[in-house]
Amino acid sequence: MSTIATLQIGEVGYISEESLDLIPLKLLEMGCLPGAEIKLVQIAPLKDPLYICVNGSHLAIRKETAIQIKILKSE
Amino acid sequence: MAQNSIKVALIGNPNTGKTSLFNQLTGLNQKVGNYPGVTVDKKQGISKLSASHQATIIDLPGTYSINPTSLDESIVLKTLLNKDIEASPDVILVVADIENLKRNLLLFSQIKDLEIPTVLAINMVDQMSKKGITIDLSLLAKELNTEVVLISARKNEGIQEVKEALIRCHIAAKASPLCGINSKIDPDYFESLKQISANYSLYELWLMVTQNNFPDTITSEEKEKLIAFQKDISKLKKYQHKETIYRYQEINKILKKTYLVDKSKATDLRSKLDKVFTHKIFGYLIFVVLLLLIFQSIFDWASIPMDFIDATFAQLADTVKNTLSPGVFTDLLAEGIIPGIGGVIIFIPQIAILFLFIAVLEETGYMSRVVFLMDKIMRRFGMNGKSVIPLISGTACAIPAIMATRTIGSWKERLITILVTPFTTCSARLPVYAILIALVIPDKKIIGFLNLQGLVLLLLYALGFASAVIAAYLLHKTLNIKSKSFFVVEMPDYKLPSLKNVFFEVVEKTKAFVLGAGKIILALSIVLWFLASNGGNDFKNAEKQVTENTVNQNLNEEELGQKIASAKLENSYIGILGKTIEPVIRPLGYDWKIGIALITSFAAREVFVGTLATIYSVAADDDDTSTIKQRMASEINPRTGDKMFTLPVGMSLLIFYAFAMQCMATLAIVKKETRSWKWPLIQLFSMGLLAYVASFITFQILS
Repeated sequence: MSTIATLQIGEVGYISEESLDLIPLKLLEMGCLPGAEIKLVQIAPLKDPLYICVNGSHLAIRKETAIQIKILKSE
Repeated sequence: MAQNSIKVALIGNPNTGKTSLFNQLTGLNQKVGNYPGVTVDKKQGISKLSASHQATIIDLPGTYSINPTSLDESIVLKTLLNKDIEASPDVILVVADIENLKRNLLLFSQIKDLEIPTVLAINMVDQMSKKGITIDLSLLAKELNTEVVLISARKNEGIQEVKEALIRCHIAAKASPLCGINSKIDPDYFESLKQISANYSLYELWLMVTQNNFPDTITSEEKEKLIAFQKDISKLKKYQHKETIYRYQEINKILKKTYLVDKSKATDLRSKLDKVFTHKIFGYLIFVVLLLLIFQSIFDWASIPMDFIDATFAQLADTVKNTLSPGVFTDLLAEGIIPGIGGVIIFIPQIAILFLFIAVLEETGYMSRVVFLMDKIMRRFGMNGKSVIPLISGTACAIPAIMATRTIGSWKERLITILVTPFTTCSARLPVYAILIALVIPDKKIIGFLNLQGLVLLLLYALGFASAVIAAYLLHKTLNIKSKSFFVVEMPDYKLPSLKNVFFEVVEKTKAFVLGAGKIILALSIVLWFLASNGGNDFKNAEKQVTENTVNQNLNEEELGQKIASAKLENSYIGILGKTIEPVIRPLGYDWKIGIALITSFAAREVFVGTLATIYSVAADDDDTSTIKQRMASEINPRTGDKMFTLPVGMSLLIFYAFAMQCMATLAIVKKETRSWKWPLIQLFSMGLLAYVASFITFQILS
């Protein structure tokens, strides 16, 4: 199962609709919406946090949050 | 004609240039106060809108949403929900960033639903053509049903238009919800919520339910009904999620018609810089070099103005003493108040320089990259990537550092950061370290080029950081606090810092120190002066006693004066206090005179040096021109007949000052930030115990 945490640097995916209840409200408010295109920009040197770009927002989130958010790959 | 005054709340996401706009609108007419009932500072300023109107602008903390996740953000909700409080606004000015308009409009849509007149200022429009953005302003204003102004706060463009829009909006007093959001999620549910009170908008009632935040004006009957809505938590959560998605759908609809981005114009400066600043080697290297640069500046550059301030106040005290007629008032002025004020002012250069650096790093967007780099490391110690900023700030002063923890969302991580910050070597410890090192550590080079004294100082700084981190780890493992640890940090675009913003930030932080710590340091200086210049019967009879006892010793006037002063000090209240604690501190190698200095250090650690100077100069004769260091070096331990400040005593004192929580002002701020005496008292006693044990071991091993 793909989550934000399984993306490669530079890879793009789409946030799955079924993750809705698992996305913290705050992230939702910052643009991390189901169906939105999400790109993994960078991973911190110690593998955590992850630096993502979604809906024009550039955000750093922790891995523990990232593994909860399922995504669909673009292919 | 009396001026029409409008209360305006300034709200916006972080990194939208909200501060720039605030500075442009208010200039130097700013002040920081407290929000009633909460401890967070409130920044407000006066802005002249026109010949007939002026506005009080309240700068609310940056937030992404009205639903708070940190202390900073909860202020926004409280201010907007409580209509009866002084800060409750007539008009809300929402600042948005043109590039992130979609996300910024989420907050706008929430604000709009509060049904308070609202003006939207879209900032950074000077970047529009570069970023390939086009916008249909009049259609956007129509769709959002609000006044919209395009501005460039940094270039001071569009500010006049903002002022005019504020006046128009205030006069029209038009306020309607953006899209009546909630009723579309579950019409029956929200209709019954709406029936509870006619005095509040539906969205306000919804916020009271979801945020458990009730204004004082609500009746107990209404409150009871609202609380009934809180029972089904999962439903609340689900509806909040739905609400947010619905808001974004509405925003997307509007932006589709009014906002266009040509992505081919986008530059990749961000990704190029990110590759360097978050690189696994260069990222940390750059951070370390920046830290070294900051410390270098605190040591070297700040020492010039600090020496000047030191000399000026010493001279001022002398002048006062020599020109005013002798008496209690002159003594109070020359020995209590002037050195007290000097003891506050002397820290300003270091604090200002440090916050200059921090403000520049935050303004450029670099600080978010540090948080990104450090979060994993800090988390191992129960802290947060955001804890790095307080820990660095702590090298100047723990007070602004502890205030900087407010952005940390998790209470446990924030509390740990607050508790360990006082371990970092603050600027008040520096004069103590400097004089003790100069006294007991030989000034020689080791391994060819390393200065031994410098090395010891460096080790003390390292000790400060190491103990902060270790203490954090222990707290992390022992504190049983459950708190939501949710972490999200925006990585803003890189930009050049605005000089104006940096300047205001430095002024504000310095003021917070002077007003926060300054009052306590000054008050304690006066108390200590009183305790040192008054005493019981032995104190009053000291002169007579000494004269009688030494009548056969053929002392000259100078020697007699010295003996009298010494006896007076010994029998003053503070001398008695020092003697009382002497048995406790003797195992650490200290005598009652050092004991006095330990007690007075509670005002501020650096008072140690001043107190010993007073003690030894009071004990020595008045014309002695030797420096404090020489006086201390020549002090004899009456029990051993040797020098007082030997290596064991000096090292023991260094260790004591590294660990002990000797700062009344910091304890006060910890009390304020944690809202209980529990945590400052735990800090005081555990750090005190640690200091005692460590100094004891140091002294016993070395002697």
